[in-house]
Amino acid sequence: MEIALSSPLQMPAARFRAANPPAGRERRGRRPAIPGFGLTMGFTLVWLSLVVLIPLSAVFIRAAGMGWHDFVAVGFAPRALAAYKVSFGTAFAASLVNGVFGLLAAWVLVRYPFPGKRIVNALVDLPFALPTAVAGIALTAIYAPNGWIGQFLAPLGIAAAYTPLGISIALVFIGLPFVVRSVEPVLEDLSVELEEAALSLGARPWQVFLRVILPAILPALLTGFALAFARGVGEYGSVIFIAGNMPFKSEIAPLLIVTRLEQYDYAGATAIATVMLVASFAMLLAINLVQALSRRRVNG
Amino acid sequence: MTRDPRSLGAAQVALIAAALAFIGLFLVLPLIAVFTQALAKGFGPYFAALAAPDALSAIRLTLLVAAISVPLNIVFGIAAAWAIAKFDFPGKSLLVTFIDLPFSVSPVVAGLIYVLLFGAQGWLGPWLMDHGIRIIFAVPGIVLATIFVTFPFVARELIPLMSEQGRDDEEASLSLGASGFQTFIRVTLPNIRWGLLYGVLLCNARAMGEFGAVSVVSGHLRGITNTMPLHVEILYNEYNFVAAFAVASLLALLALVTLVLKSIVEWRFDYQCRSAGH
Repeated sequence: MEIALSSPLQMPAARFRAANPPAGRERRGRRPAIPGFGLTMGFTLVWLSLVVLIPLSAVFIRAAGMGWHDFVAVGFAPRALAAYKVSFGTAFAASLVNGVFGLLAAWVLVRYPFPGKRIVNALVDLPFALPTAVAGIALTAIYAPNGWIGQFLAPLGIAAAYTPLGISIALVFIGLPFVVRSVEPVLEDLSVELEEAALSLGARPWQVFLRVILPAILPALLTGFALAFARGVGEYGSVIFIAGNMPFKSEIAPLLIVTRLEQYDYAGATAIATVMLVASFAMLLAINLVQALSRRRVNG
Repeated sequence: MTRDPRSLGAAQVALIAAALAFIGLFLVLPLIAVFTQALAKGFGPYFAALAAPDALSAIRLTLLVAAISVPLNIVFGIAAAWAIAKFDFPGKSLLVTFIDLPFSVSPVVAGLIYVLLFGAQGWLGPWLMDHGIRIIFAVPGIVLATIFVTFPFVARELIPLMSEQGRDDEEASLSLGASGFQTFIRVTLPNIRWGLLYGVLLCNARAMGEFGAVSVVSGHLRGITNTMPLHVEILYNEYNFVAAFAVASLLALLALVTLVLKSIVEWRFDYQCRSAGH
């Protein structure tokens, strides 16, 4: 069984090989003489159950105990619906921006030489390394009405901080590396000869992009988009400082969970968390499907 | 169409400029903002903010949480990767998906699940209270929430790496008479060292920087259950911006060190791959 698992968090060389698995390596049906399966498997299952599976199922069991009517009344209350709309809407907008500029950044990093490239390449992973709260207060300082960028936006009538626009800005920061690191290994594997052939046959550069490059990288681009989107929907730390947190306007769903918890409204928090969990599991499934489909296409 | 890398056309230069402008705007500018804001009133207030007792106890707690959660994730990551990569069994993909789950769960929900289990109104809450054990609004809850959000980091790095390396090296070592433990220490560990280090770096950065999950379970007790990111929030909400950004600058430095070490590991791993003739 082949488990090629490309993830934006892998080392570049490893990510490249996971995204481009070597074709058809035969493995004979030898009995593995390697010890330790029982021990490592047992430990893995016990630890996984204790830390992840049992605690996660607590949410669903609590939600099931509420009864359908109560669950819908709380989980889909007007304020909750508004919060989902803000969370999903801003995450979608940010992922679109990252889809375009993440692809651009990946393309530039893979194809063109320029001074300082190694530093830029390392910086792309900054959102993985910088604590979200730090990013949150830094972005707020920049986009506040008296901030470095906010002061130029304010005369134009654009309020970035404390609005959904600000939330999207924070989510662009958070999501960028997911797109860049998903697309990069596929771009590296793309043959330049194919593009040159298309160009020499008279295709225009944008035609080459639309007809040759985009189809080849689309699964990776979609994966990166979906990963950034999924992360953005659940993001909390970088958002709450810049969001303004006005109910019905700039209140994200994770913040509403926290608010409910602070009011000791466990049922409310559980219902909203359940809706978000179901949504993220659906997205996880979609990501896995995209990856499985693209792998099948690559392997013929 | 010229392919000489030194003579980029105007279109290429424009693309590079656009990409760099975007990265500068969204990644570099916030980083600069952290340090400028932290030093806005000079070095005196900066160091005073870092030497404040609450800041020091936040730093200590953050180090403690990382010192517990990262090694546990290393043990789990190696065990999971060994079982998944070296053996064939049904349900492997499902198991990997389960290990991945914490990545797709909102940090706030990650905190919530432990409140539902161990909180005062949680399933085990009354029992814990009777026995005088505090998990929520105490350090054990912070450690648990941190382990949850960093759960996949090491395993996710090692599983693909060890799958690709196969089991030929281990089988050779075992057939030459080495024990299973010796094989692991002398053969497997050197093979995966760069991947392991890479996973640990990312895991540690997230463990020290986690905000949402820890915020839900911590209770924000100053000097007791306040980690560095939570301390940043408290100071910021008190309009004590210099102190907030001073503590934030330490976390930003941690991020920069992580990025530098990460680049070195990437470079070493590339070198190992190429010299091994892969």
